[in-house]
Amino acid sequence: MIALKRLPAKPWIWSFGGAALAYAAAVSFTGGRGAGPMVTAALSLATFSVLAGLAQLFVISLGPGNVDLSLPANIGLASAVAMKVMDGSDALIPLGIAAALGTGITIGVVNYVFIWALRIPPIIATLSASFIIESADISYGRGLQIKPPPDFAAFAGQQVAGIPYLALLTLVLTILAAIVLQRMAYGRSVLAIGQNSRAAWLAGIAVERIRCVTYILSGALGGLNGALLAGYFRGASIDLGNEYLLTSIAVVVIGGTSVAGGKSNVPGLWGAALFLVVLQIMLNTFGVNAGARLITTGLVIIAVITASGGRQMPR
Amino acid sequence: MVGSPAVTRIVRFAAPPRRLVRAGLPVLSLALVLLGIAWLNPRAISYLGLNLMLNLALPIVLATIAQMFVIAVNDLDLSIGFFVSFVGCVSVTLLPKEPLLGSAVLLAALLAYAAVGALVQLRNLPSIVVTLGMSFVWQGLALVILPRPGGTAPVWLGTLLNYQVPVVPFPIVAAVAVGLVVHVGLMRTSYGVILRGAGGNPAAIDRAGWSLLGVKVFAFTLAGLFGTLSGLALIGLSGAADPNIGNGYTLLSIAGVILGGGEFVGGRISPVGAVIGALTLTLASSSLLSFLHIPPDWQVGANGAILIIVLAARALVTRGDR
Repeated sequence: MIALKRLPAKPWIWSFGGAALAYAAAVSFTGGRGAGPMVTAALSLATFSVLAGLAQLFVISLGPGNVDLSLPANIGLASAVAMKVMDGSDALIPLGIAAALGTGITIGVVNYVFIWALRIPPIIATLSASFIIESADISYGRGLQIKPPPDFAAFAGQQVAGIPYLALLTLVLTILAAIVLQRMAYGRSVLAIGQNSRAAWLAGIAVERIRCVTYILSGALGGLNGALLAGYFRGASIDLGNEYLLTSIAVVVIGGTSVAGGKSNVPGLWGAALFLVVLQIMLNTFGVNAGARLITTGLVIIAVITASGGRQMPR
Repeated sequence: MVGSPAVTRIVRFAAPPRRLVRAGLPVLSLALVLLGIAWLNPRAISYLGLNLMLNLALPIVLATIAQMFVIAVNDLDLSIGFFVSFVGCVSVTLLPKEPLLGSAVLLAALLAYAAVGALVQLRNLPSIVVTLGMSFVWQGLALVILPRPGGTAPVWLGTLLNYQVPVVPFPIVAAVAVGLVVHVGLMRTSYGVILRGAGGNPAAIDRAGWSLLGVKVFAFTLAGLFGTLSGLALIGLSGAADPNIGNGYTLLSIAGVILGGGEFVGGRISPVGAVIGALTLTLASSSLLSFLHIPPDWQVGANGAILIIVLAARALVTRGDR
C-alpha cells in the first residue's frame, strides 16, 4: 500500500504509462492492424536510445557540467570502423565489434585528457572532441558503402516472440548497469562524486580515476551503439548518431535522473525511450508531418518534466 | 579567498590578480588567433580582409550575448540555435510579405522565451531539459514555416546589415557597440547587479526583497531578444534562410561565453569577454582554416583543434592560478 502511494512520485512510472497510452492511441487509430509489429519496431528503436542514454546517464551522474556531447560523432565513427573491419565477412564480426569498442574507448580517453589536462568544462571539451571525431569520420568513411556481414545484419533484426534480440541484450546491459550503480564501489563512487565531489574526495574516493573510467565507459557504450546501429540500418553513415545528442539527454532526464548529478534511475531509461519512440510511431500513424512531430515531442518533454516536479528546494 | 594582508601581498607580487587574469584571457585568445592569421597571411589584417573574415560575426556575437544572459542566472539555453533558425525562417517568409503578422509572431516567440524563464523558476525545473524541449519546438516551427531552403530577406534588413563604415570594418563597429551596451546594462546598472546576483546567490537576492521570478523572466526575455536580433542579422547578411541555418549556434554560443571568461555557475560572466570570445570563434572557424589550406574533410576537426589549442594556451597561462 505504501509502495502504491509512492508510485506517482516516481517520474519514470509515468513515462511507461505514457508509452502505453500512445501505443493504445496508435493501435486504435489503425483499428488493431500492425499492433504486433509496432511493438517490435518500438523496442528496436528504443534499444538504441537506451544505449545512448545509458552512456549519458553515467556521465551526467558525475554532477553539474558533466555531459558527453561527443556521443553522436562517436556513434558515427564507430559505425564506419565496425563496417570497414568486418568488411562484409561473418568471420570478422567479433573483430569489428572489438574495433568499434576500441574506437569508443579511445574517444573516451581523449575526452578525459582534454577535461583533465586543459581543465576545461566537460561540455566544451567533449564538444571540441566531437568536431575532431566528426572530421575523422568524414575523412575515413568517405564513400564507405560496405554492407554489414549477413549474420550481423540478421542478428540485428532477429527477434523471439516479437522481442528483438538487441532489446534483450540491452535489457541485460541495463540490469548490469543498475547493479553497478547501486551495489558496486565504482557506481557508488560515481553517485558520491555527483552529490559532492569535494566530500567524495575527502572520503578517500579517487575522484579523477572514477571520472576517467566514466568517460571511457560512455565512449565504449557509444562505440557499441554505433556498431549495432550500422547492423540494424544496413550500413554506416556520418549522421547515424546525430539524433542521439538531444535524445540521449532527454531519455536520461525524463527517466528520472537528476541533471544535477548524484541521483540516477536506470529503469527510467526504458520508460522514457519507449515513450519517445512510441510517440513518434503514433504521430506517424496519424500522418502528422515532420514539423508537427517535432513540436509535439518538444511540448511532451516539457510537459513531462513539469508534471514530475523537478528538484525540490533545498531548505 | 580571503587571506591575511601579508599573504595577499606575496601572492599579488608573484602573479597578477585573478580578476585581471580572467579579464585578460579572452583578449589573449583573440590575439593568438589574430597572430596566427597575420603570420599565415599578413594582407588579411586589413580593412577589406577583416570585413570579409568577420562577415558572419555579428549574428554569432548576438547569439553569444543571448546565451550569456541565461548563463548569468545559472541556466543553460540549449534551444538558442534552433530559435535563431526559427527567427530566420519567419523573417524570410512572413516579415517581408505581412510585416504586421511577422512582427506579431516574433513578439509571441519572445513571450514564449519569457514563459520558459517563468516555468523554470516557478516549478524549479532544470533549464537544460526545458530548453531541450523548446529546441524541438523551434525546430518543428521552423520546418512548418519554411519546409525547404529559400525565401527572401526584407530589403531594409539587407541594407541595414550591409552598411559600410569607413576606416573600421562594420562587423567590428557593431560588435563593439553591442559589447558596450550590454556591458553598461549588466555591469554598471543596479538591476544588472541583481541579475548577476541571482546567479551568484539567489537566496540572498530573494531575502533582499527582489523577485527571483522577475529576474529569471527578465534574463530569458533578454536572451530571446538577442536571439531574435541574431536571427535578423543572420538573414540580413545571407539574404535567404534554411530551416537549419542557425542550429550550430547553440554550441557556438556556449563556447563563446566560456571562451570569454564566463562560468557556468555563480553569475560570473563578462559581456565584453563574450563578444571577444564570439569574435575569436568566428575568426578561428573560417578564416584561419582557409589560410592553413586545410582539406575540406578536416575543416570541422580543425575548428575543434583550434578551440583546444586556445584553451590549452590558457591553461598554461593560468597554471598555478587555482
